[in-house]
Amino acid sequence: MYAFELHKAASVADAAARLAQTGGRPLAGGQSLVGAMKLRLAQPGTLVDLSGIAELRGIRKEGTALVIGATMRHAEIADAADVKATIPALADLAGGIGDRQVRNMGTIGGSIANSDPAACWPAAVLGLGATVVTNKGRHAADGFFKGMYETALGSDEIITAIGFPVPRKAAYVKFRNPASRFALVGVFVAQAGDGAVRVAVTGAAPAVFRCAPLEAALAKAFTADAAKAVKIDAQGLGGDLHASPEYRAHLIGVLAARAVASLH
Amino acid sequence: MSVTIAMSVNGRPVEATVDARTLLVEFLRNDLALTGTHVGCDTGQCGACTVLLDGKAVKSCTILAAQAAGAKVTTIEGLARDGTLHPMQAAFRDCHGLQCGFCTPGMVMSALDLVARHPAPDERTVREGLDGNLCRCTGYHNIVKAVQQGAAAMRQGG
Ligand SMILES: Cc1cc2nc3c(=O)[nH]c(=O)nc-3n(C[C@H](O)[C@H](O)[C@H](O)COP(=O)(O)OP(=O)(O)OC[C@H]3O[C@@H](n4cnc5c(N)ncnc54)[C@H](O)[C@@H]3O)c2cc1C
Ligand code: FES
Ligand code: FES
Repeated sequence: MYAFELHKAASVADAAARLAQTGGRPLAGGQSLVGAMKLRLAQPGTLVDLSGIAELRGIRKEGTALVIGATMRHAEIADAADVKATIPALADLAGGIGDRQVRNMGTIGGSIANSDPAACWPAAVLGLGATVVTNKGRHAADGFFKGMYETALGSDEIITAIGFPVPRKAAYVKFRNPASRFALVGVFVAQAGDGAVRVAVTGAAPAVFRCAPLEAALAKAFTADAAKAVKIDAQGLGGDLHASPEYRAHLIGVLAARAVASLH
Repeated sequence: MSVTIAMSVNGRPVEATVDARTLLVEFLRNDLALTGTHVGCDTGQCGACTVLLDGKAVKSCTILAAQAAGAKVTTIEGLARDGTLHPMQAAFRDCHGLQCGFCTPGMVMSALDLVARHPAPDERTVREGLDGNLCRCTGYHNIVKAVQQGAAAMRQGG
């Protein structure tokens, strides 16, 4: 790992000022960033540790949304009674990330800022049409995930919380890569309060995306059979040693059907 | 850049000035000579380096020592009392839950995180709970038995 300066920020304002001054990067749980720095895939000159900032913690209901603070850890979210009661799909998703040790450190904000092509949280953000709240404003989920490890965040922008509209029903099902535990493909299916259907797919392309054919089919009939009947085009999907684009396309339909079936 | 960090390790307060890039596992092994915490993969995959940070299992190869500042760290060396093995350690020995022993410190620390949440875990809970710990020798069966036996001994205050 290359040497770096480390600052423990006391507040969001302090962290933002440090980032603006130094061009550094925020450090949340370190479960992606520390590994990337060890491999010298990332070499920030300054790290600003967010873990001591009280404003970034907590889970609360705000109107019709469930708001989760950026530095809430996956394990905390998986265990939170509020989350289990309002949007159980989020608790399930958080509880299926990596392994216990990763969930004890890794945070929701870090996962979303990182936009790993196979990460789980981006599927929930896009699938529920969540709002990413930062120190500079608010981002709608559509348009936030721009590409592989690329988001709409500015270089000194800090995610402070994520607001998830409470859906009528939602479920996330992933096919785990048995070695890394990330999603080989993961599908988040949601039926909003007004009945609108959103389907977000992770693990299958450079960034999470919405699957229009599945959304259209499930809007007509919210059933596993309707999802199964959709033929997903492999064009533009990722292929690697784990799975071909065609296999991933097949999994999208299968997992969407399983997600819907789990809600009946 | 160096940073001054203070934490409690196995109940003992420690304070040191280290390079900011020092990993927790490097701090434990190199600065404190607590070599019971092993480095298997050094990439966050195998769990050999698992320690407890405020009671929760974490991979010490994937966090900075500075991230543990102010916390209570427990390593495998902190479990035995006056020369008597902790019930979870004793159960691993009893059940042949180890062969080469390289993964064992991490397995034991993960088992303690698990048992704190599930005092009487069934087999499936143990297998899922130890998902972040790899063993290249045992085939896991005896590890699962050991964790269940260790949990039972802990319930009886052993
Ligand atoms: C073995 C292993 C298995 C894993 N399995 C999965 C899995 O199954 N599914 C999954 O989704 N993930 C998985 N992960 C990744 C894990 O979820 C990480 O915790 C997560 O991707 C990053 O969160 P973090 O808090 O650790 O962020 P860090 O590693 O600290 O930071 C990641 C990036 O986000 C930036 N950042 C962090 N917080 C903020 C913020 N508030 N505002 C702006 N930028 C910020 C950092 O600057 C950095 O660029 C796995 C990781 C490991 C090591
Ligand atoms: S050495 Fe830390 S996870 Fe393998
Ligand atoms: S006993 Fe050898 S790796 Fe587990």
